[in-house]
Amino acid sequence: MGSYPAGLRYTREHEWAQVEGTRARIGITDYAQDQLGDVVFVELPKVGTRVRQLQTFGVVESVKAVSDLYAPLSGEVVEVNQTLAERPEQINQDPYGAGWLIVIALGDEAELGNLMGAAEYEAYLQSAGGH
Amino acid sequence: MGQSDDATPLKRTPLHAAHVRRGARMTGFGGWDMPVQYTGIVEEHRAVRAAVGCFDVSHMGEFEFRGPDAAGALQRLTTNDVAALEVGQVQYSLLCQEDGGIVDDLTLYRLGDDRFMMTVNAANIDKDWAWVTAHLGGRTEARNVSAETGLIAVQGPRAEALVGRLADRDVTRMGYYRCERATMGEVPAIVSRTGYTGEDGFELYLPAADTERVWEALLAEGKADGVLPVGLGARDTLRLEMRYALYGHDIDQTTNPIEAGLGWVVKLAKGEFLGRAAIERVRAEGPRRRLVGFEMVDRAVARHGYRILRDDAEVGHVTSGSYGPSVDRYIGMGYVAAALGAVGTEIEVEVRGRAQRARVVKTPFHPPRVKK
Repeated sequence: MGSYPAGLRYTREHEWAQVEGTRARIGITDYAQDQLGDVVFVELPKVGTRVRQLQTFGVVESVKAVSDLYAPLSGEVVEVNQTLAERPEQINQDPYGAGWLIVIALGDEAELGNLMGAAEYEAYLQSAGGH
Repeated sequence: MGQSDDATPLKRTPLHAAHVRRGARMTGFGGWDMPVQYTGIVEEHRAVRAAVGCFDVSHMGEFEFRGPDAAGALQRLTTNDVAALEVGQVQYSLLCQEDGGIVDDLTLYRLGDDRFMMTVNAANIDKDWAWVTAHLGGRTEARNVSAETGLIAVQGPRAEALVGRLADRDVTRMGYYRCERATMGEVPAIVSRTGYTGEDGFELYLPAADTERVWEALLAEGKADGVLPVGLGARDTLRLEMRYALYGHDIDQTTNPIEAGLGWVVKLAKGEFLGRAAIERVRAEGPRRRLVGFEMVDRAVARHGYRILRDDAEVGHVTSGSYGPSVDRYIGMGYVAAALGAVGTEIEVEVRGRAQRARVVKTPFHPPRVKK
């Protein structure tokens, strides 16, 4: 149904992480953007902020809903997607590409073991997660 | 099927199956299972302002009143001047309590010298029916026809052309807030040039059993116009941009018409009506608070219930707020202490514990384009 790229890792709260060497790019999944509806606002942490796995690091708002963002991995924010301030709809249009939220310097690679792969995430959506 | 809070099943309009067929995202609203969106709130909102959109508003309630004293009874029940309402005319009005609190906002149709129809909010049908029947008096016949009446709103610059092609008469000449009987395809309808979007458009009152036929005909016939079915999500952003009140958010039984900026539908000179004395007092003394429109200065979304602050003190609260797609700003409505109600006043909205700057602005946020 939705799109869940194979190379990414996923959380139960519908965020994805893409490891890029010692860094990880983070966003929300196709399922999450579809559930939210049209995104109109994103609140993201500043560069230098430390985020912790499965703790909230920001907020994404659609016309109708306010939703917390949970960090898939721990680390320090090194990049923030500034284009989302003017064009938050990129999160709906391209959740794995132009809609990326933050990039972190990875704190602990072992944390990847706590995340799901694409097939597992898809199975999760079919069962409990897709509500 | 969706469930309402107390686990009674949600009510369905005659168009429920059609919405589900189209893959609409459904939600419970005022006890009804309604479409929030079909393709997306922003896309639907823009389609209404640029072309034409069709809304299922069949969940709303309709009451019919008949009899030689119907006009008099309605005059005593509502705030606007029924004596000034001509046959074939519609007026926006309010039902108020003795203390001036608003029971509901409504539109009142004069269908004949002694025949009226009142359209009320879906969530208030039972409350309003109990209210009007308790206050009517013996000589007026009243019927709650909500369950047998479907209602479709067709709104946007291309609404006139679309409704015109399906109606058996020339609707182009129908004036704003006027109504007529017409046939849509072969379906008898009451058509009014009214709406909740700020665009030109019509509301079509139809027999419930024929509503789906007309809905499908509008969406098929309007394809070339770019018609979209539009859900409650866009209905809310469209009305917000016009600063139209939403009952339960901006107005309720604790708000009076003067503070809500609805003094223009209160005609004190017309004579006695429920709530008159209390409303007159507020008008004379000035309201203690005012419903204003504001826009965010800092980048943040104001939402219903958020506190409004000034100089670290709470001075009000947000009643409605969101992103306005046609104005491309974060906007809202809320009550503030009357002294802070002037356009240009700087206020703050507390969003997730932090004060975000905002400013009281002139409304409507978007220019109305209703029929002149």
